[in-house]
Amino acid sequence: MSEHLLPDAELLFATLKERMAPAIAYDARLVGVYSGGAWLADRLAAELDGEHPVGYIDVSFYRDDLATSGLKATVRSTQIPFSVQDAHIVLVDDVLFTGRSIRAAVNTLFDYGRPASVQLAVLVDRGGRELPIAADYVGAPLIVARELMLALDRHDDGTFVLTTEPWKAR
Amino acid sequence: MLARKNLQLNEHGDLHHLLAIEGLPRRIIERILDTAESFVGINEREVKVVPLLRGKSIFNIFFENSTRTRTTFEIAAKRLSADVVNLDVARSSTSKGETILDTIANLTAMHADMFVVRHSESGAPYLIAQHAAPHVHVVNAGDGRHEHPTQGLLDMFTIRHYKKDFTRLTVAIVGDVLHSRVARSQIHALTTLGVPELRVIGPRTLLPLDAERLGVRVFDSLDEGLKGVDVVTMLRLQNERMSGALLPSASEYFARYGLTPQRLALAKPDAIVLHPGPMNRGVEIDSAVADGAQSVILPQVTFGIAVRMAVMAILAGATR
Repeated sequence: MSEHLLPDAELLFATLKERMAPAIAYDARLVGVYSGGAWLADRLAAELDGEHPVGYIDVSFYRDDLATSGLKATVRSTQIPFSVQDAHIVLVDDVLFTGRSIRAAVNTLFDYGRPASVQLAVLVDRGGRELPIAADYVGAPLIVARELMLALDRHDDGTFVLTTEPWKAR
Repeated sequence: MLARKNLQLNEHGDLHHLLAIEGLPRRIIERILDTAESFVGINEREVKVVPLLRGKSIFNIFFENSTRTRTTFEIAAKRLSADVVNLDVARSSTSKGETILDTIANLTAMHADMFVVRHSESGAPYLIAQHAAPHVHVVNAGDGRHEHPTQGLLDMFTIRHYKKDFTRLTVAIVGDVLHSRVARSQIHALTTLGVPELRVIGPRTLLPLDAERLGVRVFDSLDEGLKGVDVVTMLRLQNERMSGALLPSASEYFARYGLTPQRLALAKPDAIVLHPGPMNRGVEIDSAVADGAQSVILPQVTFGIAVRMAVMAILAGATR
């Protein structure tokens, strides 16, 4: 599938933002999952009303596929510059698929404290869940062939674009 | 040496065993250092554990005693959620006559996933890696006079933390370079990472004769060698060297090669001082330097945990 058949990521972002604006806690903390979710969390924090501190999670140390996939070549540092304890957290990711990354992200979060609540915001829900996980805010559902990896990319000017490529072996 | 080098990497070019810095490509050294950066944050949290190696069994097999190194490996493994078994082999099976390979075969039968090996004989971890089951990973925790790769890596992590760019540094290693596996690992790592000037400083009897041929500058005067350096690594003077004809006495050694504040002043003002520990205060290093503002000896220990976590995590994710 080439890029022009994919929906405009900026339109999906606008929808996601519209759905979150009236619903999230006024002091909700946004925690983006690297790398696409981190970009989304940054833009959401800047464009949503209210004060929304931003943190970032790299789920590499919490994944369940070390034995088959190995450790990712580039592991980013998880940075949560606020107390998770008793906070309202919105996890932000670009694509919700099997649910395994979100499972890992929730576990990561709980090693920093016990949040009051955790919600999930994703730009795209492509189905294919392998775990009982659902998003609270979705830009749009999208059907993509299983053989393709769907991910968010960011142009130099900060605007978003969706891309697909075959899954990498490692 | 070629067979030894290849033994560390699997067919994808990923690290499968960590046996020596010699022969490690720069990309692998840098990947370990980069991954360790992320583990530093884990070690600063209230919950200092990640579930990455849950269900894995790591055996610390120390044929030679070392409480400190064994403890740092143990902490690193536990913070990755691995199960750790410490074997003080020096006092058990081998003293009853069992060979190394029989010991390893027995531990493999107990479903070990990783061996961390310290041995007084150079090359012992290679022997184990050659005979290990395909899924088992071996980490050299110091073998004879050969190498101590995780120490070399944590030294690189520490230097990079304070100095950022290796390609502008002058680094001096001071002391018994000839017998030091730490020095050997450091020299290979610093060279691979592109340090332009590497010096070894010490009595001629304790310096490798071929050092100059390897592109390393040799000094027998500490004052001369320290001029303008960015990084000083002090090596531990091993007491057993004193008994032979190699050195006169500890006090005379300190007078000529002990790092004092006056001597450190000859290095760059922002030079850092490393020591692999354990230190002999008043033998190779003055307390005023060891506890001074330029000393990064305790950060080395802290970073050592993160670096060992990175090594174990990367190895455990590599498959044959």
